[in-house]
Amino acid sequence: MTTVLLTDIVIFVLALLVGFEVISKVPATLHTPLMSAANSIHGIVLAGAMLIAVTAHDTLGYILAFIACAFAAMNVVGGYVVTGRMLKMFHRSRTPVRAADTEAAVSGNGQAPAAAVKGGQA
Amino acid sequence: MSAFDWITQLLYVAAASCFVLGLHLMNSPATARRGNQVSSTGMIVAVATTLALVAHAGTVTTTGWIVMIAGTLLGSGAGLYAARKVEMTAMPQLVSIFNAVGGGAAALVGIDDYVRLASGGIAESTTIFTILDVLIGAVTFSGSIIAAGKLQGLIDGSPITFPGSRAVNIAAALVAVGGGIYMIATPSVIVLVIIILAALTFGVTMVLPIGGADMPVVISLLNAFTGTAVAMAGFVINNWALIIAGALVGASGGILTKLMADAMNRSIRNIIVGGFGTGDSGPALEGPGGDVRSIQADDAAIQLAYAQKVIIVPGYGLAAAQAQHQVAELAALLEERGVDVSYAIHPVAGRMPGHMNVLLAEANVPYPQLKEMDEINPEFPRTDVALIIGANDVTNPAARRPGNPVSGMPILDVDRAKSIIVIKRSMGHGYAGIDNELYVDPKTSMFFSDAKGALTELTAAVKTLVA
Repeated sequence: MTTVLLTDIVIFVLALLVGFEVISKVPATLHTPLMSAANSIHGIVLAGAMLIAVTAHDTLGYILAFIACAFAAMNVVGGYVVTGRMLKMFHRSRTPVRAADTEAAVSGNGQAPAAAVKGGQA
Repeated sequence: MSAFDWITQLLYVAAASCFVLGLHLMNSPATARRGNQVSSTGMIVAVATTLALVAHAGTVTTTGWIVMIAGTLLGSGAGLYAARKVEMTAMPQLVSIFNAVGGGAAALVGIDDYVRLASGGIAESTTIFTILDVLIGAVTFSGSIIAAGKLQGLIDGSPITFPGSRAVNIAAALVAVGGGIYMIATPSVIVLVIIILAALTFGVTMVLPIGGADMPVVISLLNAFTGTAVAMAGFVINNWALIIAGALVGASGGILTKLMADAMNRSIRNIIVGGFGTGDSGPALEGPGGDVRSIQADDAAIQLAYAQKVIIVPGYGLAAAQAQHQVAELAALLEERGVDVSYAIHPVAGRMPGHMNVLLAEANVPYPQLKEMDEINPEFPRTDVALIIGANDVTNPAARRPGNPVSGMPILDVDRAKSIIVIKRSMGHGYAGIDNELYVDPKTSMFFSDAKGALTELTAAVKTLVA
């Protein structure tokens, strides 16, 4: 057993424990965004995919590097953007009037405050 | 270690810290957005550091650079496009697709390493991690694609079993594990191909027998799998960033899966082994004991229009029919007539926990109208009409009694309202697979239709009444 491997295992186990602890009392409303956030974090595999290119010197290597990079990049970029989109809606729904900064709000900008006013009258 | 090594490794540690911090901030709605920003900053740092490592290695061929950059750009473009364009109702399946490609990429990292080193003899320890990486990654890849297909409706959402499906599943698992053990003793690329195929088959046969309504929990589980595969890939290429981030997602994803399953009153074991029923398509019109009163749009509209207080209970059926805009329109119309309208949001309403809040927010429902379960339950006795749209188990009064599948599950006290209208496609079961006593309550009227059609009809009927 090499020291390198031992270090890797120690890091792995500690990271597992941190992972267990970091999520605890999450309200159910955040389960979906949280899953999406965790999903984007494992997009770190892009780093691994890029490192394939360092040693790729034949056709098979290039093909593997290309597909791995494409897959991993899709995971990272898509993951963060979609999580952001979910959370934006959350934010907006909590403060319906200050909605101007979100894409989703642009289309419904006229309606949201109007509906809120109606709610107030009823 | 050179200065360059020191800097890159420390930057990886910084990136990993950002991931931990980001996940932690996601625990509360107030800080969730900042959490995502912190986490994405960490990702940018990690990718930039890796780019520096790749350039510093100096062994990358021109073709290598082109392949790497073209692949990354293509993937980023596809991810960005999909994430921007997708309907909010289709979010769970998109997350599943992102999860699939992540698992696929992790498997490819392992495959590349193995193929390259197979000729030169590999240390046994690396082989173990490579095999685990490839196996878990391949299972997640095919499993997540099937899960996404089920949610999208491309594959039948109900549990699919065929004669011998369980045997195929077990055989695939045995081949994958057996082949893996063989590979530790005797490096062989052919066996690697065989275990990849076996793992892909296992992923498919694992998810196919699971009902559509359980898919969110399955996706969360597969998400945790991918995290573990990424950590294994980190062992293979000896990269801390992958090990830390992968382990983090593996563990937190596992906890999250358990939280989700608990909120739905389901055990993970039950779901995987193939439990009862599905929420997607119940059997048509099979009545429980007692009389069911059915109602037409006009009568329902009159009840709603002349009520003082209406509580809308949206559920899985509303999400599946994508009727969030129609319900918002009906609610706005009733509000105009002076009816007090609010929404009762059960913690697990929708396609997955928290999904309903996102959907209704998208349809511009004012936030103050959305009430959490504990807040709204005392209001039901003062409510004239409770309008239930595609929700089932979360309203079943049987949950208050012990001895049935929904026992102990927190429910909305819909049966305490003065009258109840249920919009539902049929008398089919929810995922608990039991009859809902609410439907035979004398106060209840059933409006058999899909959520979108029913709400459009109701809105039209109310408008006619008003005019």
